[in-house]
Amino acid sequence: MASHQRSPAIKGAKVLMVGAGGIGCELLKTLALSGFEDIHIIDMDTIEVSNLNRQFLFRQSHVGQSKAKVARDAVLRFRPHISITSYHANVKDPDFNVDFFKQFNVVLNGLDNLDARRHVNRLCLASDVPLVESGTTGFLGQVTVHVKGKTECYECQPKPTPKTYPVCTITSTPSKFVHCIVWSKDLLFAKLFGDKNQENDLNVRSSDAASSSQQAEDVFERQNDEGIEEYARRIYDHVFGYNIEDALSNEETWKNRNRPKPLYSRDVFPEEPSQQNGNMDKNCATDDPLSVSAMASLGLKNPQDIWSLLENSRIFLEALKLFFGKREKEIGNLSFDKDDQLAVEFVTAAANIRAASFGIPLHSLFEAKGIAGNIVHAVATTNAVIAGLIVIEAIKVLQSDANNYRMTYCLEHPSRKMLLMPVEPFEPNKSCYVCSEVCLISFPLNLSQ
Amino acid sequence: MDGEELTEQETALYDRQIRVWGVDAQRRLSKAHILVSGMKGTVVEFCKNIVLAGVGSLTLVDSREVTEEALSANFLIPPDENVYSGKTLAELCCDSLKDFNPMVRVSVEKGDISSFGGDFYGRFDVVVISSCSFATKKLINEKCRKVSKRVAFYTVDCRDSCGEIYVDLQNYTYSKKKLDETDECQLQYPSFEEAVAIPWRALPRKVTKLYLAMRVIERFEEAEGRNPGEISIADLPGVLKLKKELCDAQSFNESHVPDALLERLVSDTSEFPPVCAILGGILGQEVIKAISGKGDPLKNFFFFDAIDGKGIIEDISNPNPGS
Repeated sequence: MASHQRSPAIKGAKVLMVGAGGIGCELLKTLALSGFEDIHIIDMDTIEVSNLNRQFLFRQSHVGQSKAKVARDAVLRFRPHISITSYHANVKDPDFNVDFFKQFNVVLNGLDNLDARRHVNRLCLASDVPLVESGTTGFLGQVTVHVKGKTECYECQPKPTPKTYPVCTITSTPSKFVHCIVWSKDLLFAKLFGDKNQENDLNVRSSDAASSSQQAEDVFERQNDEGIEEYARRIYDHVFGYNIEDALSNEETWKNRNRPKPLYSRDVFPEEPSQQNGNMDKNCATDDPLSVSAMASLGLKNPQDIWSLLENSRIFLEALKLFFGKREKEIGNLSFDKDDQLAVEFVTAAANIRAASFGIPLHSLFEAKGIAGNIVHAVATTNAVIAGLIVIEAIKVLQSDANNYRMTYCLEHPSRKMLLMPVEPFEPNKSCYVCSEVCLISFPLNLSQ
Repeated sequence: MDGEELTEQETALYDRQIRVWGVDAQRRLSKAHILVSGMKGTVVEFCKNIVLAGVGSLTLVDSREVTEEALSANFLIPPDENVYSGKTLAELCCDSLKDFNPMVRVSVEKGDISSFGGDFYGRFDVVVISSCSFATKKLINEKCRKVSKRVAFYTVDCRDSCGEIYVDLQNYTYSKKKLDETDECQLQYPSFEEAVAIPWRALPRKVTKLYLAMRVIERFEEAEGRNPGEISIADLPGVLKLKKELCDAQSFNESHVPDALLERLVSDTSEFPPVCAILGGILGQEVIKAISGKGDPLKNFFFFDAIDGKGIIEDISNPNPGS
């Protein structure tokens, strides 16, 4: 791997990077420093504040701009004479077809979702371009090499899909905080603020599906003359009080489980409703819907605090009131967004109240947001290490140094003294439904030859 | 940073990493003072990482001027003579690093790293040196050890596509999470001088060859009065001769230090950027662990070689260190 041996392979290479985020920024920088001169990079996202702790090519002033474009500009500043082509687009776009992929010597992924990874894997197989895959979470990471016919493709071994929970666990018998979050986000939030025409399991009772009637539907509709405070309390009492009592009526369910406690606002709130209003003035200062906050309104400043049942209940009511008072136009169209502060506050509070009811430990907003938003914890260092490993594998691929291809694992705790553990890639899985099938399609049987 | 709580700005910026190491660790980072010397590719990577992590301050030492070699693995310095002319490596890196995180105080200290006294080193919680001679490493390590508060000491070096990190946390107590419990652990680190003085025959049989090769190169450069990295293929005969002498002196079989490895290390002394990223990343993680007092720290050498792709930890210390 002496530099004089590497240079020709690198200089003439045309590389495609998919993803300009955590791994992408580190990778683009390292490729440029290593002598690569023709790099294409695709990313559909724009820059957010939470990216800046690791996506070092971006600055505060870039928030809202295209990641691919800003990454390109930043790298050109220290390597002005190389060619970087950026695409602010979704790699699943039909423009990025087999012909597009065929122009590259190697494809390098820095993606954060299974769906896009599968898509790129299939395109690489169809265009016969080697793929270097990677991923990181916290201190863990890995780099893998996929060359058609020589190694496993990305899908040869089944990948774990995101965890889903049985409907009845969510609607009736939660035992973990995550169950309460799913209820709060996908059922309650969706019911109150999302598309009314969407099917919703919120009022489904496992014993008596037939009486999911007209009456139940009206419960969540705010009446014409109903005050916001009144409406909020009515919803509270319905989902945390009545629905629980109703569930309790089915003895069978609770034979071997702890019974939940119904919670009513009159019992949780010691004072009169009029004293509950918090400080709506704090939110009048600006019309920006995204800065409206129940926490600010109630003076609860620290997202790391675990609120009491009373505090959660206050946040619940206040958030509901703020949605109806300040963001009424959005109601009916909202879907949960982890960067929507008020939505996160509401979902946290609702999940906590439900948790309190079922004897499940309460969580802070910070923790709840991570669960509800599927936030991946991430640091710069792991991404930097992985980027280095990707470039090393990419160079081997360009040199067709097949005997030395490695899958490398970045561990948090050493295994046999190793923090970085290389393993030889496996041969293709003969019954892989992706790569063995593709082989059949690309090379049709031609008996005359 | 005012008060004990993280500001709203810090919480928003550091959200993703707080989810990795916690608020308490983040607070400790914001109070930590780091000193770094030798602004080459690997150290630049480390600086990027530690600034992004949100340390209190970072002080840079490197009064060398810009050369083409210095630019080769350094993404902080624009290759524009109008910009870099007249400035030292430390000054140029400082200007760029400030941009990465406005909440970190990045500054330059002028002068030679080996000339500073103990009171200077006492200002820091972490000292990282690179591109230093054998003698300088020992000297600065000793100065750090003499400071009454603990100053974590690290060296990092990258030659072509391999590299080494050395760690000295002296007498170190830290917390380790095991399921629902938190254990208190204690480690005792040898000084650099103590570690490299351990006879090679006393080391584990399968000790990484790179450790041995690095020591030979180090000794050679010192004996010849060279700056670190000032070596070429023409020096190979001299290096092999020194290797033989060192091995014979401790009755150590010289075949344990492969000639091919030594040849690699003298032929290409410039840093290979992917290895800079890997070493800078591992070092960054170690320093963050040491500052936060959480997680198993590396004891006490780390090696990476792109040829075999392994990142290995070697414990080069006496099994029964004197108290």
